[in-house]
Amino acid sequence: MSDKPKVAFYWCASCGGCEEAVVDLAESILDVVAAIDIVMWPVAMDFKRKDLEALADGEIAATFLNGAIRSSEQEEMAHLLRRKSRYMIAFGSCAQLGGIPGLANAWDRNSIFQRVYSEGPTTLNPENTTPQSTLRDNGRTVTLPVFYDTVKTLAQSVDVDYLVPGCPPTPELLKQAVGALLSGELPPKGSVLAPDRALCDECPRLSTKPEKLAISEFKRPHQILIDHEKCLLAQGLLCMGPATRSGCGALCIQGNMPCTGCFGPASRVRDFGAKAISAMASLLEAKDDADILKALESVPDPVGTFYRYSLPASLLVRKKMEAPSDAL
Amino acid sequence: MSELVSIGEKFEPRIVAFFCNWCTYLAADLAGTSRIKYAPNTRVIRVMCSGRVDPQFVLEAFARGADGVLIGGCHPGDCHYQEGNYKALRRFYLLKKMVREMGIEDERLRLEWISAAEGDRVRVVVNDMVEKIRALGPLRLKPPAEPVAEEVTAA
Repeated sequence: MSDKPKVAFYWCASCGGCEEAVVDLAESILDVVAAIDIVMWPVAMDFKRKDLEALADGEIAATFLNGAIRSSEQEEMAHLLRRKSRYMIAFGSCAQLGGIPGLANAWDRNSIFQRVYSEGPTTLNPENTTPQSTLRDNGRTVTLPVFYDTVKTLAQSVDVDYLVPGCPPTPELLKQAVGALLSGELPPKGSVLAPDRALCDECPRLSTKPEKLAISEFKRPHQILIDHEKCLLAQGLLCMGPATRSGCGALCIQGNMPCTGCFGPASRVRDFGAKAISAMASLLEAKDDADILKALESVPDPVGTFYRYSLPASLLVRKKMEAPSDAL
Repeated sequence: MSELVSIGEKFEPRIVAFFCNWCTYLAADLAGTSRIKYAPNTRVIRVMCSGRVDPQFVLEAFARGADGVLIGGCHPGDCHYQEGNYKALRRFYLLKKMVREMGIEDERLRLEWISAAEGDRVRVVVNDMVEKIRALGPLRLKPPAEPVAEEVTAA
């Protein structure tokens, strides 16, 4: 191996979209590959766990880990990569905030297993078999990773140096992050590697945002014909722009869709959903109880709407659970 | 705060109360100077307006062990800042809907309009809320929330 800095890409509970962000570097990926040695990248290269174990502690310059932590296997790999790496980077919404898989925190292991292995409309499972972490059969023991009740962010599992937001992060942010690592010009540990302003600030429709918004009820994108130039909040759509960190280049807005908040909060907000609730509710024009409740019928699922990417990182972390099925 | 309740001890609900400076806090003050007796379970935090109550305050109170959160503001039309209590009301209903989805019972989050003259109303509301939460038992969120840390920034 050359003496170029070693970099690992790894995935945990994720969809593969963050890997796309790496591939979307397009021809810039050649510059990246010229400057680094990739030592782990399950989606594209055939390195194994033993290859990682063979490296000295701290030998990897940086690991870009995407995905949330929802099983013991993912947690183990996160710890292994942490030990081998000088910098651990939570890459993308799931690693940073829990992401879409983090919405599972509105359930727990038992209810998820029941739904997936028994109640699903196309599922036939008369013996009600669900995955077990150990099984003894003919004197042999087979094991599977433990599936957690509660999905965790990467920082709730291991020490994280930097966070890159986005579902997925843009190639531009990845390029900047790699550039910062290679040049050694790094912000303080724990920083989010993206601008610290609200999305509205860089929104191409900012000039059409009225001074005072008064929304009678929230609309969903399929319910109206969306104007291509006008502020989406002014059209009654639940656009998370005011509560969301910028840095994506307003990609969804340019596709004429409202922001769903994947970049998470800016630095002075602790709980994204709470702040989004605060911002959106105060835009309603209704003043008395009945009118407000009526208007709020247009938000049938506040947790899924306001915590779409950040439930594990929220103040409440998960839905209240009477009896945890695993002790974590 | 949860660890203060040991097994076998009688459960005493802990309620964090956010009272606005101009109405409900003065009502609580009046209750005190009028020697009105009511349950000692609330920890009152004075805010300038019920509209200042960030939903994050409410969630942090629950996350750190409060069994209930009470928000007190001026009656509609009486807000010192004209619109603050309407904003509080809208946020309250949306927050309540979210909190319910997270498995926290309705009785644990309450908003009341109490004017500076209604000292006795403080007694009625607090006593009623304490009894309802006593019947529900402790909130006991699991896992306990992470310490509320400030994010690191370069600036």
